[in-house]
Amino acid sequence: MDFETLYREERPRALATLIRLLRDFDLAEDALQEAFTAAIERWPREGAPANPCAWLVSTARHKAIDRLRRAKNFAAKQAEIAYLSETASSSDPVDETFPDDLLRLIFTCCHPALAVEAQVALTLKTLCGLSVEEIARAFLVPPPTMAQRLVRAKGKIRDAGIPYEVPGSDRVAERLDGVLRVVYLVFNEGYAATSGDALVRRELCAEAIRLVRLLRSLLPRVSEVAGLLALLLLQDSRRSARLDAAGDLVTLEEQDRSLWDRAQIAEGEALAEEALRGGGAGFYALQAAIAALHAQARRADETDWPQIAALYALLLRLHPSPVVALNHAAAVAMGERLDRGLRLIEQIEAAGSLSGYHLLPAAKADILRRLGRRAEAAVAYRSALGLVTQDAERRYLERRLREVSAGG
Amino acid sequence: MKYLLLIYENEKDFFGLPEAEQGKIFEEYMTYTRNIKKSGNYIGGEALQPISDATTVRVKNGKTVTTDGPFAETREQLGGYYLVEAKDLDEAIKLAAGIPASRTGSIEVRPIMPTPPID
Repeated sequence: MDFETLYREERPRALATLIRLLRDFDLAEDALQEAFTAAIERWPREGAPANPCAWLVSTARHKAIDRLRRAKNFAAKQAEIAYLSETASSSDPVDETFPDDLLRLIFTCCHPALAVEAQVALTLKTLCGLSVEEIARAFLVPPPTMAQRLVRAKGKIRDAGIPYEVPGSDRVAERLDGVLRVVYLVFNEGYAATSGDALVRRELCAEAIRLVRLLRSLLPRVSEVAGLLALLLLQDSRRSARLDAAGDLVTLEEQDRSLWDRAQIAEGEALAEEALRGGGAGFYALQAAIAALHAQARRADETDWPQIAALYALLLRLHPSPVVALNHAAAVAMGERLDRGLRLIEQIEAAGSLSGYHLLPAAKADILRRLGRRAEAAVAYRSALGLVTQDAERRYLERRLREVSAGG
Repeated sequence: MKYLLLIYENEKDFFGLPEAEQGKIFEEYMTYTRNIKKSGNYIGGEALQPISDATTVRVKNGKTVTTDGPFAETREQLGGYYLVEAKDLDEAIKLAAGIPASRTGSIEVRPIMPTPPID
């Protein structure tokens, strides 16, 4: 019996049901932990039960009742114990899980009344089973700060009456956007940042992919879920090629494409296609389609830039944002004409909404470098260096600055 | 659960409106109140006079100190409230989104802290 796999696979579902039954996040988490300990002890001896999840839920529920009985304020807990004992009267582990329980848990962790960073932390803690220390390390905050954040979030769920429900059909699309955003944030935290503990960061990307796979199993017909899964698989497929031996960032153009994960690309491409067919041009589906075009190019100079620029133009029209505008400008520069891309970047600069974002001057510098306007490129690389916060990106910009500064 | 829906709005914006416009908004509030009474969510609610009529009271060293005006000068001011009964935060948010000022100002949703009855 591989308990690690079991823990991973059964924990979210068992916890989701326990939270519904016990109406208390902390009690559910502690009781489930105890049930796992009991399983490790008993299953190798007695054999694993036919339905491990039902066994865990039933055992954890009895552990929770014991815990409440042992609690100091026993009298105050009488009503709660009576309620729990009544609903737990059968000693047979009947399967009490509902597929909806997991969706309830996901929508509750990602409730918009919680701060976004609390949504992310709560999702990693309850759905992915990461420890407070692991989450704190991933987000570069001290563990007590992260613990406090989680306590506050659980407190608000309880005291403000955040429901443990799947939202009604009038709200579900809007709320699902929030859930997908949280998953995407988890992935980006692991993917974009290269500082900190590399293992924890790898884990975050894997957890995000696991989460969106879980969502897909629960909501198989929602095309944006397929789109997000496609996007994450395609981005993650380049993982081994993104950093060189020294830990420096390797741009898409310079990556060794033989290191890309072809199986993951194939799965991502199929999902991207499904997402585009099923739901039209969703935010994630379009980005997945762009990532798929990059993945299809065997060499950098075989990249279908005109098609990528066209997809970015569509993305910009349907889901406008300054960052999408910047990506569109860069794709136009690569696919059509450098000077047209430069003009678009200058328009974004003039609008001012991306001031302070290092990738704006970095993209401008890149185009100026390709145009051979080295002095102007150096100025832009310097302003990017003034804004960049990540070490690997800083080293990349410094290398480029040296290149354009060398030999006049 | 009980929730207090606090209605914040820029008073100057409201009082700067022509009288007919103000009347229309009052009518909207009356319709809204009637609706949440019918649905059983309504417990209470009032509109407040503007902050120019506010007095802030503090007791310092046993002495009552009063100052003219609100507790804090902010861009939006508390203009009124509804006390409602809702089954959870999602229902309270839905009720808050129905208040006319949610389009022009903001509604703060505060759960009421359960306290033992006092007789």
